[in-house]
Amino acid sequence: MIPAHGGRLIDRVVRGEEREALLSRISGLQKLQLNEREASDLELIATGGFSPIEGFMTKKDYEGVRDRMRLANDLPWSLPVTLAVKHGDETKYEPGSELALVDVDGKVIGVLELEDVYQVDHQDEAQKVLRTTDEAHPGVDYLESITNTYLGGRVSMVERRAHTQFNDYRLDPKESRVLFKQKGWKRIVAFQTRNPIHRAHEYIQKCALEMVDGLLIHPLMGKTKGDDIPEGIRFDCYNALISKYFPKDRVSMSIFPAAMRYAGPREAIFHALVRKNYGCTHFIVGRDHAGVGNYYGTYDAQLIFDEFEPGEIGITPMMFEHAFFDLKSGAMGTDKTCPPAEEKGQRVFLSGTKVREMLSNGEAPPAEFTRPEIAEILIKSMQPKS
Amino acid sequence: MKESKVTVKIPRPLYRKIQLVIESSGFNSPTDFIVFVLRDLVGEWDRSQKAGQGDEVFSADEIRAVKEKLRNLGYL
Repeated sequence: MIPAHGGRLIDRVVRGEEREALLSRISGLQKLQLNEREASDLELIATGGFSPIEGFMTKKDYEGVRDRMRLANDLPWSLPVTLAVKHGDETKYEPGSELALVDVDGKVIGVLELEDVYQVDHQDEAQKVLRTTDEAHPGVDYLESITNTYLGGRVSMVERRAHTQFNDYRLDPKESRVLFKQKGWKRIVAFQTRNPIHRAHEYIQKCALEMVDGLLIHPLMGKTKGDDIPEGIRFDCYNALISKYFPKDRVSMSIFPAAMRYAGPREAIFHALVRKNYGCTHFIVGRDHAGVGNYYGTYDAQLIFDEFEPGEIGITPMMFEHAFFDLKSGAMGTDKTCPPAEEKGQRVFLSGTKVREMLSNGEAPPAEFTRPEIAEILIKSMQPKS
Repeated sequence: MKESKVTVKIPRPLYRKIQLVIESSGFNSPTDFIVFVLRDLVGEWDRSQKAGQGDEVFSADEIRAVKEKLRNLGYL
């Protein structure tokens, strides 16, 4: 089984007597309410998804990640995992104390051993991590919404935040590792998605699956921007596709509870490292991975892997070009595998805007672009509720 | 009986750098230094392999529960 990033799968979920002891102290601790992203980060840190990270980043780790895409110990890591003080509380916390971390409903879900309180420059973070300071970028918008005082230190999770959907499909890294071992899969490719799977995605998944033992469809179901397709609809789409168009013994789906950062290239590295922690050996990187708007070049998220030695990342990226259905050859393919386009419309590809327009008009995209079962679910979801 | 040794080639500039590194270090030769470093790295890899296995960190009851969960999903 592939080792976790840094060599050890982190487990910061406290159990048994240790949990009881921690709970007995909690009522006397200062409380800090986590936003949705921070709460999902806590869950991923505690369950090992973010190994080797054991808590919210201290200044040394934060600056290394922001400036060099490396933790203070030099291990590659591309996105800050940070906890911001809430507005008005900037001077409230002292290093050396413990804080009770509560979710949006006020329920205690963890404890932070506060090691570091530090100030950051959000413009600098945005420019280096997101490659833009444009407030229209959802990642920049998030930074604008939080304070520039961050808290760093190790965390313990005493209670998992409440999930109301897909609970059976939530597999922690340890659990997915058991799954792969039981299945006898040695090489596993992960597919990250926050959208319904169209034919182009299905094609690259199947190309990848031809080369490995198993495919993990790992949809991100944490916080996304408002106009992304709601998670319940996406979930129905994935199930419909898997049940009809994939061999069941080669494909699994589980929920990736992370929040979306829309950080394009840096998020591709992050997504790959995290999937290594789930036990995957390969990771699909398509066009404009984790991108939004026109902030990133089509293949920037693939090129960024060249900035690391392959052994450092540890999981093998599988790069795919823009895929489409080619009417001339009657097959899915890319520029690498299809004859040149000689006529307009030879390559069936629709923009996201066009697809949304068709679906909201009750019109199914061509079957070469979207499987009819998926189109039906999406059309139904876009009809006005009576 | 001691196993025989093999020859490994490394770039000459790296060899020269190692000669500099081991000056006054207690290593008798670049070979001694390289063997020491490689043993350390291989040991680290061994440890990480053991730590990365996944299911040995579960108790037997937990393993049963995970398998049940996976069976209910139709994955096993």
